[in-house]
Amino acid sequence: MSDVPILLEMRSITKEFPGVKALSDVNLVVRAGEIHAIVGENGAGKSTLMKVLSGVYPYGSYDGDIVYKGEVSRFSDIRASERAGIVIIHQELALIPHMSITENIFLGNEPRKNGAIDWKAANRQALELMARVGLREDPDTLIKDIGVGKQQLVEIAKAFAKNVKLLILDEPTAALNEDDSQHLLDLLRGFRERGITSIIISHKLNEIEAIADRITIIRDGHTIETLDVKGDGVDEDRIVRGMVGRELHSRFPDHTPKIGEVFFEVRDWTVRHPISAERLVAKHSNFAVRRGEIVGFAGLMGAGRTELAMSIFGRSYGLYQGGTITKDGKQIVLKSVADAIANGLAYVSEDRKAIGLNLLDDIKTSTVAAKLSKITHHGVLDAVEEYKAAEAYRQSLRIKTPTVDEGVNKLSGGNQQKVVLAKWMFTDPDLLILDEPTRGIDVGAKYEIYGIIQRLADQGKGVIVISSELPELIGLCDRIYTVSEGTITGEVARQDADPETLLKLMTSTKKMQTR
Amino acid sequence: MSRLKDLQKNLFGGTTSNARQFGMIFTLVVIVLIFQIWTNGLTLRSDNLIALFQQNSYILILAIGMLMVIVAGHIDLSVGSVAAFTGILVAKAMAEWDLPWPVGILFGLAIGAVIGAWQGFWVAYIGVPAFIVTLAGMLLFRGGNQFIGNANTIPVPEGFRVIGSGFLPETGPNTGYNNLTLLLGLAGCIAVVWRELAARRTRKEMNAEPIPMWISILRMAVMVGVLVFVSLRFASGRVGTSFPVSGIILVALVLVYSFFTRNTAGGRHIYAVGGNARAAELSGVKLKRVNFFVMMNMSVLAALAGMIFVARSAASGPQDGNGWELDAIAAVFIGGAAVAGGIGTISGSIVGGLVMAVLNNGLQLEGVGTDKVQIIKGLVLLLAVAVDVYNKSQGRFSIIGSLTRSFRRDTPAAPTPSSGAEHEPAKTTVAG
Repeated sequence: MSDVPILLEMRSITKEFPGVKALSDVNLVVRAGEIHAIVGENGAGKSTLMKVLSGVYPYGSYDGDIVYKGEVSRFSDIRASERAGIVIIHQELALIPHMSITENIFLGNEPRKNGAIDWKAANRQALELMARVGLREDPDTLIKDIGVGKQQLVEIAKAFAKNVKLLILDEPTAALNEDDSQHLLDLLRGFRERGITSIIISHKLNEIEAIADRITIIRDGHTIETLDVKGDGVDEDRIVRGMVGRELHSRFPDHTPKIGEVFFEVRDWTVRHPISAERLVAKHSNFAVRRGEIVGFAGLMGAGRTELAMSIFGRSYGLYQGGTITKDGKQIVLKSVADAIANGLAYVSEDRKAIGLNLLDDIKTSTVAAKLSKITHHGVLDAVEEYKAAEAYRQSLRIKTPTVDEGVNKLSGGNQQKVVLAKWMFTDPDLLILDEPTRGIDVGAKYEIYGIIQRLADQGKGVIVISSELPELIGLCDRIYTVSEGTITGEVARQDADPETLLKLMTSTKKMQTR
Repeated sequence: MSRLKDLQKNLFGGTTSNARQFGMIFTLVVIVLIFQIWTNGLTLRSDNLIALFQQNSYILILAIGMLMVIVAGHIDLSVGSVAAFTGILVAKAMAEWDLPWPVGILFGLAIGAVIGAWQGFWVAYIGVPAFIVTLAGMLLFRGGNQFIGNANTIPVPEGFRVIGSGFLPETGPNTGYNNLTLLLGLAGCIAVVWRELAARRTRKEMNAEPIPMWISILRMAVMVGVLVFVSLRFASGRVGTSFPVSGIILVALVLVYSFFTRNTAGGRHIYAVGGNARAAELSGVKLKRVNFFVMMNMSVLAALAGMIFVARSAASGPQDGNGWELDAIAAVFIGGAAVAGGIGTISGSIVGGLVMAVLNNGLQLEGVGTDKVQIIKGLVLLLAVAVDVYNKSQGRFSIIGSLTRSFRRDTPAAPTPSSGAEHEPAKTTVAG
């Protein structure tokens, strides 16, 4: 095997962002004609590495060398890497919905004759390219009228139009159903026969195991190892061990849970996608939360955890299809966010800047924003009460700011997150749903937020934590549900929770047997 | 030195928009002073001040509604047409059905509410951008005005004219001044002192660092001084004139809406929606209801402005309200509102509107032609917003910068007219 020529070598790549070392001394060797998989947890640095390779982060903004076809490459932008035959297909497809297949394939790369676009040639070439990727459609069809699977094929055809030598696919099957995924994987095998090299980034380890020749594992911005699938006898467990392999101790405050009775229960929850109505984002999901309990939702990106949580929080996502919510023994119907808040639910969103906070507000305004009625007397807001409430949270959550008059946009990520937590604690919820509560904040602040979560649980509230970091869920939660494709696929108690078990359930598509 | 620091902190402190608002007040004072000198005292003469208020009250009323529309992240281009449409309907109703004028006013407000509900429905519940809805409304109601009025002018009865051209009546002992205007000024002074003391009490309750007493006194003295000066001016005009009724309506609306936007949940929801609609929605704000309300409210105020204008000009005509939307929008933006929504205050918009009004008035007093006045107003708007955008890109607001910038904002306004200053004799009328 090792006599196969090397197509690409990335040598000790280091990429720093202000305050964060995203990649540290990463090495990657890709041989000509192989399918090379890159795996790692969310945030491990896979996407950053691919952005370095494709010139999104231009030469000079990173340390280390990219040796491509035996030469050191210095890509200044994506177009430069594409000219060299490196094409990346992102998880979010870069297609224009209201343009035809042909127009999309040749976007920015249009065949010309006398300065004008030669549509005849374009259509002819498009048909050839479509045949190569096994796409049977009229090239004049608009992108919005074909399914996601076929759109993915159009992206690949677009890559071929650029004369691709090295094809990079970022989570190509994340949005595809079983059949489309299978077709895509077969296609990649076909490319391998024809000598096209592919790099595939995926969370679906069963697919990786089935298709990849070699696997490079990245963790916390470091290359851990490169496995030879055939030679090393690799299976999913082996990959998972490499991905996780981290000691878990003292990252969490000591905590003895005081767990009470089940008080919140969701049964048979089914929600349709807001736009493509035939897609279900939640399928007959069942789960329950006890008082004083911290419950984790584990799942891969796109598994539907956020959608599930938001649909429960006053139908703020998707179209309600069916299912019931029972709280304290009574069935409740939450048709709006206001209903949800009134019934003691709180949802702390995963993206605090985009949808969690109004960044124009100051701290005190943000703190009271979700329950103004608490500081309103006879229709008039009480500025003193507002100030006092915000001040109390500033002290109890240790929000680092000189005064609560400060704008929230001036705070660090961790302190912003504390303001969001304060905002929802101010609504006196019984159940808090925290979506990625520690995303993008540093280790010290994480520890504090874990402490806050534990304190909330000790007050007898139920807490649901959605997180993509398995160690976080394992360290924090009393019980963990796994979610895959909008379905709850498993339930793991604290003492049984380990990354291997969870990852297996997270990649399974079988619905959990109801107890 | 430390006193200067205290002053800076308490006058300029707080958020960028507060500082900017102060910059605007400063600019207004500078513009007034420049014109006062330049027109040899004409600007602050009683009759000119009264005319200035009468001629601009309806634009300032529009600016109140427009501020809320813009803060919520929308725009309303239809206000001029809605005003004209309401005006002609009310005039016609009073002329043909002999509607008593108070009923006429209620009728006009009802028309505004219906039009507002129509526009709010499209914006809030169907999701058509307000720009489009109100562009359509602009055409629709302008056409409606001309269709109903046959492009003719319809006069309105004497009683109705009070809201546009009436004054506080003369009562009480002969003091040489209009007594009611003086009383109004006195009430204003008491309110200023009471507010300052209330603010101090609030800070004390919050355990916040108290504002130095001398700054409070200075602030009260300046405000009271301005109020005394203005009320004496208004009270000492030609016999029969005093503080205009339209000005009273304006002041009442400013007070009510300032309170609403600052001290109620409903007002705060408007800012939340404009600042981050999705975050507001996920905090339980009823997005559609807020959008519906701001659009509807705007049309009601436009109807009121239309009626005041008709009352002032004694008749409703086909050209009423032309270009008002632009004056109102300009006032709001000059007054510190953010183009993207979420930021802005009623008082800022009023100051912005007054800057435009004084500029307009002063230049016309000096006989500068409408062509040049428009050029200057255009530049002022552009520069004021450019300063806002620049400040935001700088992240912080520097005090020195704000002062020099305020001066810089004046520069194009002051020297340009001097080139064509003495072309024609002064005329006080401002085009509607």
